[in-house]
Order: sequence, then C-alpha cells, then structure tokens
Amino acid sequence: MDFSFTPEQEALRKEFDDFFKAEMAKAPEGIGGGLEDMFDTEAGFEFHKYMAKTLAAKGWLVRAWPKEYGGQSAPIIEQLIFSDVAGYNMAPGIDVFGIGMIGPTLLAIGTEEQKKEHLIPISKGERFWCQLWSEPNSGSDLASLSTTAIKDGDDYVLNGQKTWTSGAHRADWGFGIFRSDPASKRSKGLTFMVLDMKSPGLTIRPLLSMGNTHIFNEEFFDNVRVPVKNRIGEEGGGWDVTRTTMNFERSNVGMASMGKRMIEELVQFCKETKLDGEPLANNPFVKHKIAQMYIEIEIARSLAYRIAFAQEKAGDNMFALIQTAGVMSSAKVWGTEMLQRVAYNGLEIFGMYGPVRKGSKYAPLLGAFESLYQFCPGANIFAGSSEVQRNTIAWMTLGMPRSWDEVFKAQRA
Amino acid sequence: MNLDFNEAQEMLRTSAKDFLSKECPKTKVREIEESESGHDADLWKKMADLGWLGLTLPEEYGGTGGDLMDLVLVLEEMGKNVLPGPFFSTVVDCSLAILQYGNDDQKKDLLPKIAEGNCIMSLAVLEPEGSYKSKGISMEAKAEGDNYVLNGTKLFALNANVADQLLVIARTGSAENGITAMIVDAKSSGIKIEVIPTTGFDKQCEVAFSNVSVPKKNVLGQADKGKEVLDYILERSAVMKSAEMLGGCEASVEMATSYAKERVQYGRPIGHFQVIQHYLVNMYMYTELIRNMVYQAGWMLSADVPCTTEVSVLKAFASDSFKYVSERGVQVHGGIGTTRDHDMGLYYRRAWAWDHLYGNAATHKDKIAELLGM
Repeated sequence: MDFSFTPEQEALRKEFDDFFKAEMAKAPEGIGGGLEDMFDTEAGFEFHKYMAKTLAAKGWLVRAWPKEYGGQSAPIIEQLIFSDVAGYNMAPGIDVFGIGMIGPTLLAIGTEEQKKEHLIPISKGERFWCQLWSEPNSGSDLASLSTTAIKDGDDYVLNGQKTWTSGAHRADWGFGIFRSDPASKRSKGLTFMVLDMKSPGLTIRPLLSMGNTHIFNEEFFDNVRVPVKNRIGEEGGGWDVTRTTMNFERSNVGMASMGKRMIEELVQFCKETKLDGEPLANNPFVKHKIAQMYIEIEIARSLAYRIAFAQEKAGDNMFALIQTAGVMSSAKVWGTEMLQRVAYNGLEIFGMYGPVRKGSKYAPLLGAFESLYQFCPGANIFAGSSEVQRNTIAWMTLGMPRSWDEVFKAQRA
Repeated sequence: MNLDFNEAQEMLRTSAKDFLSKECPKTKVREIEESESGHDADLWKKMADLGWLGLTLPEEYGGTGGDLMDLVLVLEEMGKNVLPGPFFSTVVDCSLAILQYGNDDQKKDLLPKIAEGNCIMSLAVLEPEGSYKSKGISMEAKAEGDNYVLNGTKLFALNANVADQLLVIARTGSAENGITAMIVDAKSSGIKIEVIPTTGFDKQCEVAFSNVSVPKKNVLGQADKGKEVLDYILERSAVMKSAEMLGGCEASVEMATSYAKERVQYGRPIGHFQVIQHYLVNMYMYTELIRNMVYQAGWMLSADVPCTTEVSVLKAFASDSFKYVSERGVQVHGGIGTTRDHDMGLYYRRAWAWDHLYGNAATHKDKIAELLGM
C-alpha cells in the first residue's frame, strides 16, 4: 500500500497549480468554476471560453483523449491531479459535456466523419456543448422520454420538449436521445443525435434558478430537422450509446478540493472577523463547525483517491469498473451532500452577513457560500439524484432486490 | 500510488479471518466478556503462537517484523469479530511505544515476553478528569533516590485487571508537559485494581496507587518527556482503534444486509423496501469512507509521513460513523437486534465503548481547529 505520488506527478501538480493560480488572477471578481459562474453572466462565460482556449494552447484541455485528437492519453492518476488542482483553484474552462461526454462517445462509436467534424473544435476550446436528456415528465426515469425524432428523407424531424439543460443558452451544439419509434416503450426505440443549437424550430427558454440565476434551460422542438449524418450509433440503439463512456476520472475529487479551498478562506475570515469583541476563530461553536467540514472534505478526498486508483487498475475492463460503481455513487452522494453542509455551516458562521449576495461589498468571501446555498439542492438532484444513487448502490453493490422491477413488469404487460 | 495490499498481507487477512471465526465465535465473545477476567488464556496462547502478539516487533525481540499496515489488517478483522481481551492494550497501546522509546534493557526484557504471550500490558494514563492531555494528568510520581513514588488514581485502564505490567503516565514536574512514562509492575505492593462496569464489557479499570515505588530505570524515554511518548501512543492507538471500528462497521453492514434479504414481512423480504435499502446504503457508504481514511492514515504512520491532522480526521469520523452504522444495524434487525442473544448488540455496545478511547469526535475537532490555526 502506498498513497504517495511520484516526483514526476508532484512536479506535474506544481505545474498545473502555477498555471491555474496565474490564470485565475485574471478572473472577473467572484467568478469561479461552478455552473453558475460559467453560464449565468456574459463575463463568466467569456472567461470560461478564455480558459478553455488557454488550456488548449497548453495542450491540457483534453489531456485524457488520445493523441490524434489533441490529447495526451493521460493516465487516470494524472487526471486526478488535474481535477484536484483545477477544483482547488475553482477554475472554469473544462466543458464537461463536450470533453467528458460527447467527445468520449464519439471516440468510441462515432464515424470518422463525425470525429473529424466535432473532436477537433472541442479540443481547441472552440465548440461548447449541452446535454439534452431530461424532459418535463422524464427525470430520474429517463427511459420514459417522449420527444420524437422521426426519419423523413435525409433528416430526422424532432418534436417535443427537453429541460434542465445546463448552459443550453451558451452552447454551440447539443447531444441528446429522442424516441425514433413512437410505438416503442422505455429504452427500446431511442436514438442518439447531435444537433446545432441554432437549428430552425428550436426555441431555448431560460429556466431560472430560485436565486434568479440562469444556468438551466428548457428547449422546445418544433419540427427541428437534423440530418441523418448527425445520428450517433444505430437508429433505435440510443440507450446503449448513452452508456458508452471511456475511462475518465470519476473520483469527484474536485468537490473535495473546492470544499478545502472554501474552508481555508473561511478559517482566514474567522481569524480576521470579530463578534462581540472576540475573533470568530476563538468561538468553540465556530471551531467545531469548521473542523467537522474539514473532516468531511478530507474523507471525501481519501475516497476519491481510491476511486481513481480502482479506475486506473481496471483500465477498460468493464467488469472491474462495475465493481467500483458502489464507491463512485457513494462519492457523488457524499460529495454533494457534504457541499450542502459546507454551505449551511458557512452561512451560519457569517450570521447577518450570510445572506448577502455577491456584488455587495458586504458579501463575505465574495458571496461564494451564499451562491452555494442556492445551488447545492440542485447538486443533490442532477446527474443522478441522491435517491437514485442510493438505489443503484443497494441494487448493484448490496444485492438488494430492485423495487421498481415490478413497475417495469406492469408497464411491459 | 498503489492502494492494494500485497499478497502476504492478503494471506494474513485470510488467516486472521479463519482463525477468529474458528477460535472466537460470538458465543465465545459473549463468554469472555461475561467472565470476570475478560481474558481467555488459551486464546491468548494461540495468538502468540500465530505471531500476532509480536506482529510488528523485529525478529530479535521474538517478533515477525511486520509493519503497521499488517497490524491495521489484523485489527480490522478483530473488529469484525469484536474480539475481547487485552490484545489492544498490550500490543497497540504498549508494545509499540516500548519498541520506540525503550532502552536496550527494557526492550530485551519486555518485548520477547509480550511476543510469547507471557506479558499482558495496560496503559494507565487517564485520571478522574478523563482527559488525554498533559494538563489532565496530575497523579504525582515523586522522585525519591533511585525511585519514584506513585500516589493517586488512574481510571479507565483497559484490561489492567489481568495485566502483568502497566505503562503509567504520571506527573513529575510542574510545567504543563512535566509528565513521564514509566513501566510499573502491576503486582507491586500498593496497587489495587478494580474493574469498572461499562457498556462494552471491556474491563476498564480503576488502578489505585498508594506509595508505589518504581525504580527510575523503569522510565520509558526520558523523565519529564512523557508527552512525546503519550502523543506517539495516542496517534497510533487512534488509528488502530479506527481500524477496529472499520471492521465493526463491515460486520454490521454484512449482518444487516443478509438479514434484509431473508426477513419476510408483508409477503416479501424487507430488503425490497427502499427505506431499508437506503439505511443499508448509508451504512455501506460510511463504512467505505472510513476504510480509505484508515488505510491512508495507517500508511502514513507506517511510512513515517507526518499525519497528526489525518489521524484526528479519521478518529473523529470513525467514532461518529461506527455509532451510526451499528445503530442502523440494530434498527434494520428490528426487535431481535436488541437482544442479548443477537450479535448486532455486540457492535452497538462496542461503538459507544470505543467512541471515547484516544479522543472522541469533539476532542479531535478541537485538535483540528487548533491545527488550522484557530
């Protein structure tokens, strides 16, 4: 057993860290690496694009990808270090939808033409993506989706509605699954498509978050024509395409690193800020709150290391990767629920200043905790809600019966 | 980075598992914890024969030269099995410190005896105040000629009732850290030992000292430098206790998961119900979270990487989590889990017994805050 990094890995960490520190000094005030930072304001999105281009110029934007598409086939542990440092520096620039999702999907099953068309612009930081999965009536139960893509000559014609699309209003392209066989049920008869978000007939409307920030959108498809060449995989094979993935680092280490950074800033704040004549840092209540957060963050980091190591060891062995599903789901649940507690505890410590939003000179630590307070309930819901993750662990790891099997049976009957 | 155990360690784990399930089934666990001594001499002899009592001791002292990760593994398995007895107090609390701080005579005298199973030890550090800090240690060891004379009371000394030797931390100077570690023969005149009944049935003892004379040559490390010894012990014992808690969590998850698959109510196994599934998942999640930190801190100790913060993170988290995991384990089992005959209660009671040893969550949070400069 050995938790240490090699001198080369430590040197790489320093190189990443020097880069991010220098670049983040150029960030607009209060802009970090969260979805809200990237998508809400023009300045935030411009900086996200700037960081993507700068990372591309360094050759770091798609490090995990193979060399012929601009990457370096970076091993998982190097990806872990990169995510760790980027998370700690709260840096934007990585388009998770393009680099982490559609890119790897195209690498795995795209045609040569599709790869040429999309992978190069992604690797240069010139094309940004969004994910068109959820629908108003299909959230956790995605296989029940009903937006159609019906073949008509050289095109598919799309009709229906998608929703909860992060950054659709900023994205150049989108990928999603649609029902190509209207008579089909559940995961059968679905087709995976990519489309230009400027396509005629596609209307994007903001789905504002409770704090009036613009991260999510809903999209209305009114006879949107998408060329057949934009279909990824076979018609009717879309469900399997969504499950295609390459061995990307999925440790969630970034959440731990971001949490760590926030705690460090909070500690500094508590040393400098007085309540009733005493520094907050002398208050036992404050000390225990911060120590508890620190504990939870370090515990998350330790789990992230284990996941990255398990992934690196498993390589492309799907069976071995599935063995790690339980800890990966645990990392998602723990990570988002932990960040929620970080936000709450921070706001509690700030007292009257807790609710002051960024932009005000009275906002503690540029309002980062306040933003997180409004964002964190969503994090427990998107990318597999805490409940769905727990179901997955119960079913896949603990061998519990799938309680929804009976429902499926009834639907198929 | 390589987070796997090596082949020899995997073999050690398997043999520990086999040995414990064969030689110390839960009926035996209950028998030992209900006995007056809390110690089974026959089992102790067998553990000595297996080399466990000298697991981390060099061969020259009768040990097998293993490292702290080996000890982590064995303790994880012991925790799974809720093994009662003086293994922890002897091997973890005392033998590691003697190896580190003992002089040649002390090491040659004590360590082979420990490895052979002929010397049970107990750490006597806590006092009525119940604090592990130097400030909390006020029992005086007064220098008189070639001896120290000890007067006062030590509390919560694990397995002192069967100990041959005590590792006592006593006050020798007026400065805050003016404490000294010394080896004291448990049979010395003036020592009276009584078992305190506790949740864990784990033989925590009151050790009363009345004019107990201890030769100065029995000092472990240097006089008035006992804090260094104590810190060394507490750091290692906190990690090893967490390894035991990890084992306890694993067993709780295993038991509750199998029970949920078998127990039928409303015409189906209760594992069908999502509320039960989510309890089990939370138990599993906490167990996996502890696991990585146990191995990380264990590795840091064995590789001599400074890890004071990590140790506190681990012990605080393990203490809280084992209580949660074992309590949910009882809940999933329903009424039967609350009975003396059911194994679940063994873990539920250990969780509380182990919570306070080597600092509970609150103590370690204080320490983390201090390390963060607050």
